[in-house]
Amino acid sequence: MRRFRAARLMNIHEYQAKILFDQFSVPSPRGMVAGTSEEAAAAAAGLGGDRVVVKAQVHAGGRGKGTFKNGFQGGVHLVSPGEVAGIAGRMIGEVLVTKQTGEEGKLVRKVMVGEAVDVRHEYYLAILMDRAACCPVIVASTEGGMDIEEVAEKNPGKILREHVHPLMGLQPYEVRKVTVGLGFKGDEARQFGKLLGNLYRLFLECDCSMVEINPLVGTTDGRILALDAKFNFDDNALYRHPEIVEFRDVEEEDPLEVEASRHSLNYIGLDGNIACLVNGAGLAMATMDIIKHHGGEPANFLDVGGGASQEQVAAAFKIILSDKAVKGILVNIFGGIMDCDVIANGVVAACKEVGLPIPLVVRLEGNNVAAGKATLTASGLNIIAADDLADAAEKAVAAISD
Amino acid sequence: MAILVEEDTKVLVQGITGSFGGRHAELSLDYGTQIVAGVTPGKGGQTFEHGEYKVPVFDTVEQAVRETGATVSAVFVPPAFAGDAILESADVGVDLVVAITEGIPVRDMMKVRAAMTGSGVRLVGPNCPGIVTPGRSEDSQGGCRIGIAPGYIHKRGRVGIVSRSGTLTYEAVWQTTQRGYGQSTCVGIGGDPINGTTHLDALRLFNDDEETEAIIMIGEIGGAAEEEAAAWASEHCNKPVAAFIAGATAPPGRRMGHAGAIISGGKGTAQAKKEALRAAGITVAETPAQIGSALMEATGWE
Repeated sequence: MRRFRAARLMNIHEYQAKILFDQFSVPSPRGMVAGTSEEAAAAAAGLGGDRVVVKAQVHAGGRGKGTFKNGFQGGVHLVSPGEVAGIAGRMIGEVLVTKQTGEEGKLVRKVMVGEAVDVRHEYYLAILMDRAACCPVIVASTEGGMDIEEVAEKNPGKILREHVHPLMGLQPYEVRKVTVGLGFKGDEARQFGKLLGNLYRLFLECDCSMVEINPLVGTTDGRILALDAKFNFDDNALYRHPEIVEFRDVEEEDPLEVEASRHSLNYIGLDGNIACLVNGAGLAMATMDIIKHHGGEPANFLDVGGGASQEQVAAAFKIILSDKAVKGILVNIFGGIMDCDVIANGVVAACKEVGLPIPLVVRLEGNNVAAGKATLTASGLNIIAADDLADAAEKAVAAISD
Repeated sequence: MAILVEEDTKVLVQGITGSFGGRHAELSLDYGTQIVAGVTPGKGGQTFEHGEYKVPVFDTVEQAVRETGATVSAVFVPPAFAGDAILESADVGVDLVVAITEGIPVRDMMKVRAAMTGSGVRLVGPNCPGIVTPGRSEDSQGGCRIGIAPGYIHKRGRVGIVSRSGTLTYEAVWQTTQRGYGQSTCVGIGGDPINGTTHLDALRLFNDDEETEAIIMIGEIGGAAEEEAAAWASEHCNKPVAAFIAGATAPPGRRMGHAGAIISGGKGTAQAKKEALRAAGITVAETPAQIGSALMEATGWE
């Protein structure tokens, strides 16, 4: 699996999650981010105590059990303040491989140095948008620290769900239900109730599609803390959250996907060798499917949208061609409103600029299709014309098999 | 008959003075659709002109409906203001709001949907190609086209089409037009996780529509709406249904263009949906190129 690691939805680092938690008064262990060994040592000294945790900051889970390419074991270490500089030095600037990063791993640029806490019990707490119910749902469990899907499967009775009315918002009785359901009493119940209220406010105000705390811990000294968190944000709402957009770390993302997003193209790299360029998300998915159906493997999802310009099509072509695994290209356009000739001109311009080293199959249908086909023919480029979608997929698969 | 809109349905366009809304208002006018009013706050009193057509622009939906008798609103307003625009039309009490706008925040739609519950106003979309009830003239001219679909690919006929995706809908429309079956009405319900009219809602409407003889349902990965529709169809639908589900090759955890098209926690895969549909007696096309032939199989048509 080459590129499936990061979720498409924007991710943030653990230290950035802590910034949001602090802002909304969701308690989490004290900690600071460090980009060098010296900063890490200073952070540890600032925290005090005889033990601290040093955590590599990458957008991937499984850090604790990961291995650095320099042979160093583990992306999370519990150490004395004196050891912090040495440990941080073996992480920063090194590549960490975990079960979620794929074998190429991720470069660690920063570490977080945090307070070590003594855990009494691990809980699970998440708020996410439930599309079926069309409202937020709180999901909580006393079985934290592990994969919640596994808990849901093996022990469904251990999962609490509380739907929140979209217009009423979180009600005190709902907070009490979850608090009692998790078995919190006395001061812990009071702390948890406040935490849940603040977390709900964060979820809404930051337009999260999910915020997941796993684990949420009760400590031996009587505190309730968010120990690790995962955030997903609604891409559609990022325009009203410049502060969250600032958190975006393009170094963590696929460079081709970053380049595509600069041109407002919707591109996701996959493992195959037949690239596709399609207008419309549904048709783009369906084009991937039909390539597979005819025995090929799609190299990407690429939706140029309903109103793509010649420049965007050219940019899309360059992105496709920079994936060295690609052995053939299938362009599938149903030009409803979009002019097929615009697509054809974009294809020709891109091919003339970057060259066309591999087979290109084009299926054009719809608006101004005759002009589009004429443009492709007149270009003198070696383009394989297809009559319909099935014909296009067959020709693309055949072209790379030759 | 058709569903939701007829040839003579009067339509107002929210956002008619914007470039996107304006261009599609022109295409709808060319198609023969009764675009009777535009609404853009601050531009009331202006006239939207296209060839011989002169469409009055109002500041509010309330004024537009009062002056023109429009019963359906098409929303082309930018995402940040679209939720408000939908609510404005719902408040006036039009029959139907068709939200074309792509990129409305989920939190906004969650509130809009909750506010519209029980209002009796139907919402189609957002992030959808809209609705077409084809006309009976050449190239289906004279029909009611609300949204962004190309009019000329349609042909008035006997198939009802419901889909989450735009261009994939056109693919199904084209295949049914080429085979001569034509369409009663085509409804694009949109690719967002929270939307108005669902696959199930559309199936019910088509099932009750005399002109519709068979139904094509196009779905995609994510959510469970197609499964719910299939479960209903197996019990209640007395018309043949053919379907296609896009996204069999989509990897889990990656959002495939549409905000709703994401496989999470192993749920919403294409395979699971296809199995649920087949179990409900629906003929499922393996590829988008086979939508037309799946329909022939489901109906026995030649």
